[in-house]
Order: sequence, then structure tokens, then C-alpha cells
Amino acid sequence: MSKTNKKHALTTRLWHWLNVICVIILFMSGLNISNAHPRLYWGEWGFAPEHAWLFVPRFPGWMTIPDYYSLAVARDWHVLMAWPFALGLLFMWVSMIINGHFWRDLRTTRSEWRPAAIWKDIVDHLRLKFEHEGVKFNFLQKLAYGSVLGILLPGMVITGMAISPGMDAAWPILTEMFGGRQSARSIHFLFAWGLFGFFVIHIVLVLLSNPLRQLRDMITGGKA
Amino acid sequence: MNRSIKRRSFLGGIMAGAGALVLSGCAKVAETRIGASLIGSADDWHKRAHRLAGGRAALAREFDKSDLSPFFRGNGSTDVDTDAYRAAAEEGFANWKLRVSGLVEQELSLSLDDLRALPQRTQITRHDCVEGWSAIGEWTGPQLSRILEMARLKPEANYIVFRCADTLSGSRYYESVDMVDAFHPQTVIAHSLNGEPLPVQNGAPLRVRIERQLGYKHAKYLTGIEAVASLDDIGDGKGGYWEDRSGYQWYAGI
Repeated sequence: MSKTNKKHALTTRLWHWLNVICVIILFMSGLNISNAHPRLYWGEWGFAPEHAWLFVPRFPGWMTIPDYYSLAVARDWHVLMAWPFALGLLFMWVSMIINGHFWRDLRTTRSEWRPAAIWKDIVDHLRLKFEHEGVKFNFLQKLAYGSVLGILLPGMVITGMAISPGMDAAWPILTEMFGGRQSARSIHFLFAWGLFGFFVIHIVLVLLSNPLRQLRDMITGGKA
Repeated sequence: MNRSIKRRSFLGGIMAGAGALVLSGCAKVAETRIGASLIGSADDWHKRAHRLAGGRAALAREFDKSDLSPFFRGNGSTDVDTDAYRAAAEEGFANWKLRVSGLVEQELSLSLDDLRALPQRTQITRHDCVEGWSAIGEWTGPQLSRILEMARLKPEANYIVFRCADTLSGSRYYESVDMVDAFHPQTVIAHSLNGEPLPVQNGAPLRVRIERQLGYKHAKYLTGIEAVASLDDIGDGKGGYWEDRSGYQWYAGI
């Protein structure tokens, strides 16, 4: 890995933008797929309204890929983009471990978990005070990036595989560990909206903290 | 307007535009030859990955009687709107025949009694619809591999096509699988669901089970099994009713 003093490593930047494209297409085609059967269930099976724990609203055309209802076309995009999404995430994890980004910047320390420290971080955020010295990320950032990279993104890949009948036959543990295919499908849906929540907060915070510089740094690398 | 607000609305515009761009971009990419071929081959990569991960003979999970769903949803065709089918149903499908033809040494015409006389396999499996729902049912019937061995496939046979009695929107339903799924031990020609003869809405009197793939592969109201070298000349050439009509993936294991 390069030892230059860039704020963002080249591997981080490449993955970040690849992932943006994948997540947007997967999310929007996923909403089209959701329209095919807008009910969620727990367990292995479920098909009737009386089994459902959630009735999902119908997503309008401007939110979906394609912009009209087509399960076939939406699935084409979804199963295609699943490849760069999953392989890209694997690439990012390998890079983060090799270049030390994970251990150095994303790992939380015990002192950061003290309620007083967390409270101070929240207050700083609310005051839009984003400078923090010494470490690259503050606690809330570590928590957000850590749970996206460690839970939500891999969770999307694993629940996605668990829903697939071919993968269920190959590696049944994937489906079983979520308590069944319909549970995995429900979690797939919940995690997708969790990612959407992160996406909104991420964009808002970038906009509030010198957005042009942030955007430029995620392209050129910026100064550490 | 101060600079930072201008900057923000500028970026907001970029964000909103990006969403529209993704939509029209996707449509454009899908129209290109490379885009179309990428999209067309993605299901094949998944098929290879699945067979690499679990082996070609990996079994779909089987369940216990206590896991059965309270009933089994019927979807797609739930009846066959012909006088011949109604008459056949009236007499309990006593004269229904399953024709085995195409690239075989020995053509067959099997009655329900012939099929019930073969060694039977009973399996409780989960049925996953492409729409997203699942149901669990117990299926009984002879393995397709047994029938294909009786008919003796010619070496040039690459696919098995399932011919059906039902029509949807004016076209006859059909489906197809490769030899890996045709000879898979859980691929059965089911005549019973949950210990009873197949209900009409679930494909009476015969339905194929392709347990590692989605519901639209499990053709109902079976009238024939045909061994072919290529799918190009069958229907519109994409290997199945929904593949032809809507562009569903031929490999439905995803």
C-alpha cells in the first residue's frame, strides 16, 4: 500500500465510488422487486396477508429501476450489480486490513464507549463542530462507518445469498442462521433502509462540512 | 444568496440530477450490446457460482411435516380453460398421458398408474416464487432421472423441455432445464401434494419439481417431456414461457 500522506487511500476511493453506483442501482431495482410482493414475513414461509408482519407501500416509478413495474428487468439489474457490490466489498475489506485503515481509524477504543465521551461527541455534532484532533474519525463516525462496513453492507450480501434457492441448497447455513428464507428477506429489506438512512445522514454531514473539499478529497485523495 | 448556500443548492441539484441520471443511464446501458450481454449472462455466473459452492448434486433443504405451510398457494395458471382438460379432470385424469419424446431411443407414453408404479420419492421442500413469497409442501412422484433412463437419451440431448396443457395470455406454458437439474435426485414428476392427488390450482395431474430454482421453473399440467439439443427453436428461444414473455432469467436459482 502507498505510504503517501493522502487523506483517503486509492483503494478506498475506488471502492467508494464503485460502491455508490452499485448501492444506488441495487436499492432502486430492489424497490421495484419489492413491488412484486409488498409483504414481509418471518420464518421459512409466508404468502398470505395474515402471515405478514409488514405491509410495504408501493414505491412509485421515480424511485425504481426501471421506472415502470418490471420484475424481470429489475431482477436483471439486481443480480448483475450484486457481483461488483459483493466483490468490491471483499476488496475493500482486504485493503482495509492490509493498509491498516481498519485497525488505525475505524476500531473504537474502550474510552470512547464511556457515556460521557459519547454524549460530548453527540453535542459536538449537533453544534456542527466537526474538527477533531489526533484521530481521523470521532466515535460516531467510527460507529457509523464501522456498522455500515461491518454489518449493513455484508448483511445485504449474506441475506441476498440466503434468499436465493440455489445458494440455500449449496450453503443452507446461510438461510438457517436468519431463521428461514422469509426472515432473511425481511432483514434484507430492513438493512436496505438502514443503508438508506446512513446515505442521507452521510450526505447531509458532507454538505455541512465543506462539501466541495470533501468531494474533491474522495476523488484525488486529499491531504492527510 | 451567500456563497455557501449557493454551493449547497448546487450540490443538491447534482444529487437530484444523479438519481435521474442513474435511471436514464441504466436504460441506455441496457440498450447497448455490451450492457445487454452483461445483463444476459449474469444469471449464468450465478449458476456457476452456485454449482461451484455446493456441487452439482447439492440437495435443496428438506423439512418436517411440522414445517408445512397451512395451505399451498396457487399462482400463475390456476386452471386450464379447455373442454378436454375439464373432461380429463372429471374422470380423475384416468386417461392422462405423459409423452416422452425428442432425442430419445425409446419414446414413452406414461399414464398416472405407470408413474405411480415407478419407485417414488417424497420430499418436503420450500417453494420460492420469483415474486418473493414461499410455501412449504410435501411432493410425491417418480424421479425424472428414472423416466429419462427408461427412454434412453441420445448423446446430443442437452436440455429437457416440459410441455404443459395450460395457456397464459394466449401462449402455451413450457419450461426447460439442463441435464444437471434434469438428473438431480430431487427433480420429480409430482402427482401428489401433501399426500393427496395434486389440486387443480397446483397443476393437476402432474407437475415437475426443480427444487433449487424459483417457482416458474416448476411447470404444471404436464403433458410431455422432450429431450432437445438446443432451446433456440422452442417457443421464442429463451427456454420458457416467462423467459420468452417477460425476459425472466433462464437460470432461476437466484
